[in-house]
Amino acid sequence: MDDLYRENILDHYRYPRHKGHLDAPDIHYHDVNPFCGDEITMEVQLEGDRISAVAFDGKGCAISQASASMLSEAILGMTLDEVKALDKEFILEMLGIPIGPVRLKCALLALKTLKAGAWGVEEWPE
Amino acid sequence: MSTLDRIRSDFPILQRQVHGEPLAYLDSTASSQKPRQVLEAMDAYYRHTHANVHRGVHTLSEEATAAYEQARLRIARFINAASPKQVIYTRNATESLNLVAYSWGRANLKPGDEVLITEMEHHSNIVPWQLICQITGATLRFVPITAQGELDFPALDQLLNERTRVFAFTAMSNVLGAINPTAELVAKAHAVGAIAVVDGAQSVPHLHSDVQALDVDFLAFSGHKMLGPTGIGILYGKRALLEAMPPFLGGGDMIREVKMTGSRWNELPYKFEAGTPAIAEAIGLAAAVEYLDQLGMDWVAQHEREITAYAWNRLHEIEGLRVLGPGPERRGGLLSFVLGDLHPHDIAAVLDGAGVAVRAGHHCAQPIHDHFGIPATTRASFYIYNTHAEVDRLIAALHKAKALFEF
Ligand SMILES: Cc1ncc(COP(=O)(O)O)c(C=O)c1O
Repeated sequence: MDDLYRENILDHYRYPRHKGHLDAPDIHYHDVNPFCGDEITMEVQLEGDRISAVAFDGKGCAISQASASMLSEAILGMTLDEVKALDKEFILEMLGIPIGPVRLKCALLALKTLKAGAWGVEEWPE
Repeated sequence: MSTLDRIRSDFPILQRQVHGEPLAYLDSTASSQKPRQVLEAMDAYYRHTHANVHRGVHTLSEEATAAYEQARLRIARFINAASPKQVIYTRNATESLNLVAYSWGRANLKPGDEVLITEMEHHSNIVPWQLICQITGATLRFVPITAQGELDFPALDQLLNERTRVFAFTAMSNVLGAINPTAELVAKAHAVGAIAVVDGAQSVPHLHSDVQALDVDFLAFSGHKMLGPTGIGILYGKRALLEAMPPFLGGGDMIREVKMTGSRWNELPYKFEAGTPAIAEAIGLAAAVEYLDQLGMDWVAQHEREITAYAWNRLHEIEGLRVLGPGPERRGGLLSFVLGDLHPHDIAAVLDGAGVAVRAGHHCAQPIHDHFGIPATTRASFYIYNTHAEVDRLIAALHKAKALFEF
């Protein structure tokens, strides 16, 4: 448990980065995890092919919200192609905590929402 | 040795550790643990007796059949069924409820009829009725719940009418803990000519249940919540109703005669038991029932009342914690709560780290959570093996969660 709620996770949960909304997002998508009711909205603004602004909003457990906050930081400045390549491993490394099968969906919800908004892929990231 | 110590020594799993802490298992509402008497009965069956039932004339098949039917008799006595023919083996309470909805419902419901259920039902006593109402054109209605998390009785009296054909309700809510007055509700259903279908998944493991005294038409429950194995459940039904119903599933064992032009059904209870059943599980459930009977259901209920009252008081020491449902005097051994803005998954994860197993989520009862406007709750539940010391560990871990996430 102490592994799960490492200080960086708690820090992003308490002080989420990029939380809020953009005025004119190019990509905007809302999704829920039917399993536990966690909600995430991801918004992205593009300059050419590159992400120039990110915002997220949501409700849920510390893992889902911290993951959204950290992902928002990570994708700023990336190209869409780079985002497309992000996978489960990337999220697990970003979080840096051991995640069991039940909480995995909490961790992946933000990336899933982002990919659904960008490309309409509704699958959970592998 | 105290009764409680003796009980705990019967449950091998209670010896294990979780994250380096002794397990405090507070999730029996989802599924109970099993005493060695149940494990040994199943093991002995597989080591010495196993063969298919009702099919062979060799010794093993005869012994297996006898053990399987003896188990049915044992379970029938536990709920005081008039005959073991009225005790149908299913996989779980969910299958029992589906059996009633499909077999009884398809034969008896038509457009204009009403099926009445309550807002405090588990999904397994909602969805089968939604499906059967879609098929038959009957209308599904819900009895609301009060702010205290109990049935709204004045509303119930309004909703029950001569069009009501079925009143299906839980005898005890798995989220609110509310114990419903089953006999009174059954009488209300009968007064308008409806049948009463009772979801006993939470009541039968914890409260003395006499199907004849309660006068229920159907009672559904699961073995795994009452010290028995998974994969076995029971549907009790009144004989005349069961006799008149068409089968649920078709296959071997449930027929008397199969011709290319059609088949004739077997007698009760086999008409509803298609295919090779869960034999070892039925024997395991009978051993579980034996165990509960030896303790006495009065002891079980008293122990749970006592520990629930203690947990109720201790939980309310925590600032910002709110328990859903009625006070300890009117509830069974479970407490679902919200704690400030803390997400139940985070609470449950911190508790797990302290070796305390609780359930987090909507507990397969979304309408209740919608009623209270909350997506999920954390639930601690108690059974015969739980102790005050485990409640104290729950409280300590909740303080830890609060310190971690509140800011
Ligand atoms: C009130 C109630 N009804 C029905 C069920 C369904 O039981 P099962 O999943 O064993 O079929 C449960 C289990 O949680 C329950 O609590």
